[in-house]
Amino acid sequence: MEIDLSRPILARNDALAEGNRARLAESGAFALDVLASPGAGKTTTILATIAALRERYRIAVIEGDIASKVDAEKVKAHGIPAVQINTGGACHLEADMISRALDAIPLAELDLVIIENVGNLVCPTEFDLGQGARIVILSVPEGDDKPLKYPGIFAMAEAILLNKVDAISFFDFDEAAFADSVRRLNGTAPIFRMSAKTGEGVAEWAEWLAARIEGAK
Amino acid sequence: MHEMGITQEVLLNVVDAAAAAHATRINSVTLTVGGLTDIVPDSLQFAWECLTPGSPAEGAVLVILESVGRSVCLQCGVEFEHDKFDRHCEACGSFATQVIQGNELRVDHFDADLPETDGTVEE
Repeated sequence: MEIDLSRPILARNDALAEGNRARLAESGAFALDVLASPGAGKTTTILATIAALRERYRIAVIEGDIASKVDAEKVKAHGIPAVQINTGGACHLEADMISRALDAIPLAELDLVIIENVGNLVCPTEFDLGQGARIVILSVPEGDDKPLKYPGIFAMAEAILLNKVDAISFFDFDEAAFADSVRRLNGTAPIFRMSAKTGEGVAEWAEWLAARIEGAK
Repeated sequence: MHEMGITQEVLLNVVDAAAAAHATRINSVTLTVGGLTDIVPDSLQFAWECLTPGSPAEGAVLVILESVGRSVCLQCGVEFEHDKFDRHCEACGSFATQVIQGNELRVDHFDADLPETDGTVEE
């Protein structure tokens, strides 16, 4: 006998993500989920974003990594509360990990929670965390053809950060081709050219984020 | 390999529903996987073969239906099919489009033997 289910496979994760979203909204904190490959400069970009916005907003960071506390320690060294999630081999964060992490940060006193997802351009895309916005960082050395290899993540990102533009002259990175393949996937996400290292373009990106935080209030 | 975690969720959903229906055997499970997702059907099959032995779904066939990507153009209103890599409107050239199909990740139904019918009653 056929038994109908018609239910999202990730219904359990989706429900937990909605719980996180409600909790964040209630405490007035905006959550940003940061996706990128390993080595794209997620942590450095997060630190540059914090430097640009810390006078205006109270910020905490949730660090997701397969192992180690290195990233959380880096953030804490800047006087920012940080909690490290070790997925123990899992290639992405899930909503239940975020709900536990939210218990470990002073949520009521925060305006912005930055979630650094596990370095991976595939697996995190299907898993809602309860974030207010999701962005992807691509670094110049990775190549302009990444949207053709990982379309899902570029299609869902609300903003795309092109990092390490200070090194662009050393690589054959075709910016027009990159912008074109992004557009074909995603007609709305702005592309921010930036360098977390030199600070170039960070202000423009930070203003976009600030507008999103204000818009969610 | 997020397919392992996704298959685990499929299994949990089906095993719970089968237990609630007092099913004695699960024969098949049908999913819809959108063509725009980053889910590899072969990997789901592999994960299913790894995870089901010893579970109430042991021996059940996993049927994966794939849905093709479809969007609507927000500029000219035309609906069109597309692949993973290009969602722009061929009709008017606009990039302002919205996906209406292809992101599904859904357990549709499963076929099970129930004590009353013992799987012998034809529908």
